Amino acid sequence: MTGLTPGVRLVLGGILGLLMISSGVTWRLIRKGPAEKYAELAARVKSWWIMVAIFVVAIGVDRRLSIVFFGFISFLALKEYLSLIPTRRADRRVLFWAYLSIPLQYYWVYNGWYGMFIVFIPVWVMLLVSARMVLIGETKDFLRAVGTLQWGLMLMVFSISHQAYLLVLDPERGAALVLYLVVLTQLNDVAQYVWGKTLGRHKVVPTVSPNKTVEGLIGGILTTTGLSMLLAPILTPLSVPDSFAAGLMIAAGGFLGDITIGAVKRDIGVKDAGTMLPGHGGVLDRINSLTYTAPLFFHFLRYYYY
Amino acid sequence: MNRLLRLCFFAVIVRGIVTIVLGLNVRHRERLPKRGPAVLAANHNSHLDTMVLMTLLPLSLLDRVRPVAAADYFLRNRLLAWFALEIIGILPIRRQRSAPDEDPLAPLAAALDRGEILIFFPEGSRGEPEQLTEFKSGIARLSERRPEVPVVPVFMHGLGKALPKGEAILVPFFVDVFVGQPVRWAGDREAYMTEFRESMIALGGEGKFSAWE
Repeated sequence: MTGLTPGVRLVLGGILGLLMISSGVTWRLIRKGPAEKYAELAARVKSWWIMVAIFVVAIGVDRRLSIVFFGFISFLALKEYLSLIPTRRADRRVLFWAYLSIPLQYYWVYNGWYGMFIVFIPVWVMLLVSARMVLIGETKDFLRAVGTLQWGLMLMVFSISHQAYLLVLDPERGAALVLYLVVLTQLNDVAQYVWGKTLGRHKVVPTVSPNKTVEGLIGGILTTTGLSMLLAPILTPLSVPDSFAAGLMIAAGGFLGDITIGAVKRDIGVKDAGTMLPGHGGVLDRINSLTYTAPLFFHFLRYYYY
Repeated sequence: MNRLLRLCFFAVIVRGIVTIVLGLNVRHRERLPKRGPAVLAANHNSHLDTMVLMTLLPLSLLDRVRPVAAADYFLRNRLLAWFALEIIGILPIRRQRSAPDEDPLAPLAAALDRGEILIFFPEGSRGEPEQLTEFKSGIARLSERRPEVPVVPVFMHGLGKALPKGEAILVPFFVDVFVGQPVRWAGDREAYMTEFRESMIALGGEGKFSAWE
């Protein structure tokens, strides 16, 4: 368990405490009943336990395993996305190529080849996928097909691979940086939800996500920035003003990532992107915010600190 | 030896591919039969259909599960025949009668009498990916023969995208599997086929599938 520095352990202990409190509260709600009313909440908390356990193993054991794990998350997310959107039969082989970009992208991460990591999907894969699609010769809906595929690769593979690159960016403190990003992103989701549920009155984007409120958004931003400043000295090299900026960025970015995937789901007409995570939906429903926060946090950190 | 190979094949390779490369979204899993005799009747789009249906049932039932498959296709050479019979465990069925009085359903009825669970594709062949073709009346004849055996309709979507007929490359997609209520024999073939068809269409209607054209 090389990645488990004292700071990381402290934060993991905090998460364990939060999970125990959530389970305790859920258990009491169910006992007061009616149990069916809280079945979804119970499923969600249980899924959190499993996700946290897998995540701790994935970042705790060693860097190679962490990178494979994040690659697998990209694979699940891309598979969910491609199963959700309309695709063309003629493009079956192109989709296969698109999947192959995942091991390559994470191989660049593993090697720390920053130049390739940053141009591979936006340049090479974009040109190759378009060319492969043209050579198949089907022009009906070509623009839609090539556009949706590249957009999916950008969010599910390119964006998500940024959290893996944090491990290479700082070999000493990589796991702590990943933890900082993921904890803030996920707690921001929870905080926006809880503030929205308790105080929410004014909708932010009613046509995309009717449950998102101004009160939830502001409550989430305050909670997340508070937490980002609290956790920064334990997990990151960020100065106090920079940790404030990082918190703002993660809170706003998380919100945007969430509603962006929300817009995709609304366009297609589904509520959840999948069923892998009981109480949450699919993998995409859990990492939607990370598709924005991972690249934002990574480039902020890299520009000012590495 | 072959039995062990079969167990390893299904426990490791098939389950690995079905749960990791593909990924299932199963609705109404509780409607699946817990023991034989029973029939799982599904729509057919891909060679993977059989693999997915077999992973729906627990490994403890593996010895009793027999996919019904065309003898002319799967027994056409020795290697394929060994794989189909010993590893997949198919119950070969002749699609064309060689003699007018031959009874193609006899081996199926015998298997049900042994308490086995049959995997049956009433469409007869894989056809065009992700499109239902006409269900043939074989399922009604079988049900007429063994009216007490539950026939569970299963609607699947996604495998025709992942591995359609005539393609060799598997492309990962999530697969929807919707299990229906058993269709019971009520004395009339035509009425049975109508009920079966409607049940499949209703199951298909539970999902929201994006275009694949």
